[in-house]
Amino acid sequence: MKIAPNSRPASPPRWAQKLLRWYCRPDLLEDLEGDFNEYFERNLKTKGARRARFIYVLDVLKFFRPYTVRKPSFLTFFIHWLMLGSYFKTSRRSLVRNKLFSAINIIGLAVSMSVGLLVIAFLADLFAYDQFHEKKHRTYRLLTRNELADKTVMNFASTSLKAGFKLRETIPGVEDVALIRRGFYSDARVNDETVIPLEATWADGSFFKVFTFPLLKGNPATALNEPYSLVVTEKTARKLFGDADALGKTVRFDTLNYTVTGVLKDIPKLSHLRFEALVSLPSVLGQKADSDGGILDWGNIYQNYVYLTVPENANLQAIQAGLDQLSRAENARLDRQKITLSLQPMDDIVFGGRLSNEIGVSIPTPVAWVLVGLALVVILSACFNYTNLSIARSIRRSREVGIRKIVGALKTHVLGQFMAESVIISVMALVLSFLLFLLLRTQFMALAPQLADVVSLELSPWLLLYFLLLAIGVGLAAGFLPALFFSRLQAVQVLKDASSLRVFRHVNMRKTLIFTQYTFSLIFITTTLIGYKQYRGFLSFDLGFTTENILNIRMQGNKSTLLKKELAEIPAVSQIATSRMITSLGSLYGATLKYKEKDKQDSAKVWINFVDENYLPLHRHRFLAGTNFKNRPTSGNETEVIVNEQVLKRFNLADRNPSKAVGKQVIMDDKPLTIVGVLKDFHYGTMDQKIEPTVFRYSAEESGGYLNVGIQSDDYPAALASIESAWQKIDRVHPLDAKFYDDQIEDAYRQFEVMVKVIGFITFLAICIASMGLFGMVVFTTETRLKEISIRKVMGASEGSLIFQLSKGFLLLLVMAALVALPVTYFFFDQFVLTKFVYHQPIGVSELVISVLVVMALAFLLIGSQTLKAARSNPAKVLKNE
Amino acid sequence: MKGTNLGEFEELVLLTIAALINDAYSVAICDELEKHTGRSAKLGVVHAVLNRLEEKGLVKSRMGEATSTRGGKRKRYYEVTQAGKVALTQARDVRESLWRIIPGFNLEGSL
Repeated sequence: MKIAPNSRPASPPRWAQKLLRWYCRPDLLEDLEGDFNEYFERNLKTKGARRARFIYVLDVLKFFRPYTVRKPSFLTFFIHWLMLGSYFKTSRRSLVRNKLFSAINIIGLAVSMSVGLLVIAFLADLFAYDQFHEKKHRTYRLLTRNELADKTVMNFASTSLKAGFKLRETIPGVEDVALIRRGFYSDARVNDETVIPLEATWADGSFFKVFTFPLLKGNPATALNEPYSLVVTEKTARKLFGDADALGKTVRFDTLNYTVTGVLKDIPKLSHLRFEALVSLPSVLGQKADSDGGILDWGNIYQNYVYLTVPENANLQAIQAGLDQLSRAENARLDRQKITLSLQPMDDIVFGGRLSNEIGVSIPTPVAWVLVGLALVVILSACFNYTNLSIARSIRRSREVGIRKIVGALKTHVLGQFMAESVIISVMALVLSFLLFLLLRTQFMALAPQLADVVSLELSPWLLLYFLLLAIGVGLAAGFLPALFFSRLQAVQVLKDASSLRVFRHVNMRKTLIFTQYTFSLIFITTTLIGYKQYRGFLSFDLGFTTENILNIRMQGNKSTLLKKELAEIPAVSQIATSRMITSLGSLYGATLKYKEKDKQDSAKVWINFVDENYLPLHRHRFLAGTNFKNRPTSGNETEVIVNEQVLKRFNLADRNPSKAVGKQVIMDDKPLTIVGVLKDFHYGTMDQKIEPTVFRYSAEESGGYLNVGIQSDDYPAALASIESAWQKIDRVHPLDAKFYDDQIEDAYRQFEVMVKVIGFITFLAICIASMGLFGMVVFTTETRLKEISIRKVMGASEGSLIFQLSKGFLLLLVMAALVALPVTYFFFDQFVLTKFVYHQPIGVSELVISVLVVMALAFLLIGSQTLKAARSNPAKVLKNE
Repeated sequence: MKGTNLGEFEELVLLTIAALINDAYSVAICDELEKHTGRSAKLGVVHAVLNRLEEKGLVKSRMGEATSTRGGKRKRYYEVTQAGKVALTQARDVRESLWRIIPGFNLEGSL
């Protein structure tokens, strides 16, 4: 084949050549490569370029044989091993020589890694959840998706009992199905002496087949089969019976006797299912239908949980198809509602994301990612410092590298040396950061009481191994660029004239690193400020009613009228009201409201609260029209309802005119109710929910609800003490559960407080680390430019102009960082975060400006102090040394 | 002794090196072998044998001068060592002594 003279001659594939050079022993390489080339040229003429290339590649691959492959890696390892002592020595010397820079590096790495350790410990705990179940990899949970006619969709971790039964009976390919129902709160009585409130879970006979909760006593196959059987944990058994054998004993709840048929080993902390006792499911199935409809209804999806195990290599699609078929058949009987089922692997439960009615611990995946991201940013920032300072100060070490190279060190040796050094430093930092971690851990757990419930953050050998791996990883990441830089130094050039070394060649890279650090610092600080403002905004938000000095007492099953009577005698108590639930804290009670107008019937979901006549005045709800409840029946014969503006809007009731709406009739629970009052809109839900149609209905007695007590006193502790003693008179079993409304609201937004605190802390670290890095760079720059400064000074430059000269580069970087960070943060919050909250504070200019000012002031302080020192130095002294 | 036992292909390669005198490098050896035996001699096989012979001390090698062909890579020239010569002669002697004791060797009968 002829090649056109102007075309590039065909050559063997580059990658194959590289591969050959990489694997082939150096002493065999040259002639072998030559042979390949010769054959290639020959094939090029006879067989064409494509085939020639193909044969070349084939040959290269065919020659990968024991006798051609190089074995020098062993030797390099050996040399590294021999040299380790020397590396240690030189590393130690260089650490001691540059105390400031070593301190910046080690402290920065230690502080940032301690955050990393915390995140690792946190995630390790979450991943360890539910791992004690033997069948964990083939256990699934049934999830429910509920779609209403108005297209609102809710996803539940719970499901209906009917789904569980049908799954067990009709769908093949399922091994065991365990049904669970929660909501058993009752007082356990033993021999009428011990009375202990108990929180239990109903479970059926398959419970112990699906889950691995070992029974210490009793038979797992039969323990939960009979009605009124009770399986208690060791701890509960001790509470109820002391040291006596619990098996076979009788416990009375209300009027029913339950027999203890098993004693469980205490539940491991890292289990998403938690309970004090199990009650056999048949005990509840016999009871009459509750207000939600029959317990076995397809639509009764709020309290039950279904877990199933499948055989190894099960066909999940077939099971899912079975579930779909089941829901299709059952949905046909539902009115304007669609329920669909899906399977969730047990391993996904803890990271399950946002499901309603979650039975236990669940962390949304984004939270985990955010934590990892924050830790990563801080650690990277510290790595940047290391990289920056090491390269900036490379002149000092370059002679050492030069000598090493001249006595025979290869590139890889130098690379290895500096990587080893950075790993040594980061492992040293690990020791420090481990101590910080122990400190941080207690602080972190104290952030929110719920956290201590979720994770233990206990040390284990595995965890320590992860820590070590993190330190090594950080060391390698931090040391890679400097090591690469040193390994590429030309020995001759360095030794001849160290100043010829182009340290400033990497200036752009170093500037980029500083710029990145400051961008992140600014993003963090603005985020903290915006988050804090939002959080304060939530707390001080005008809910449409007052929450001040109102104490909410949970009735825990006691008659509210009884307690009312007791409380009325306390002088500090100004007003007492009753309500079924506390609004604005996140819990929602829904009901259906029907309105008929000219033969046209409309119905919609409304939020509801049952209150007595004192509730609205106590909370100072504002009436737009009408009055408070006038008919105040003691039992269920209510005839009145009070609505908010949204109800008028939703039903277009009386042309949305409040005063005309009063007197209209609506139907709820098949009862005709007259609207007696229209309230101004108020917040029934939390800030992320829009104000929706809400109604109040009358109820004088709420033993499952709350007493809202207005308190007017100068001595709150005394008032609380007298309330406590009043409570004691009516209930000796349960401790008083009373909270101020304002505190409850604060609790409801606790997650935001935690978030602000966590991000605030990370911000603090990020700024500290970035500042340390900047400080290091400024010290270095002023040191190297001291002569220049002196000459400028001799020539007549003023101190001010010198400071400007020295700091303008850094300040420019900060300005650029601000120009990037602020719009990014603003856009992120404006477009993604705050849109999730219907009612939020606007992002103010002040937050943005303050964050820039804080960071700038700090940076200016660092830069200014050093440059001023340099500018004030006596030029004569500096220049004399030449 | 390991070095004195020559395999059939080893013997052929060794003979080829001797025959090529000053031009015995891998590709030429392959070509020469192909020419004389009529069967294709793959570089992979020949290279391995050359490497083995050198290990046994039957050949020695030196690098030639760089030229513009072969992508500027030098050739490795092989040369039979004294031990190699001894091994070749021994192999021939063994054959000849065996030939000698065969009484009447009828070539046509075997075909």
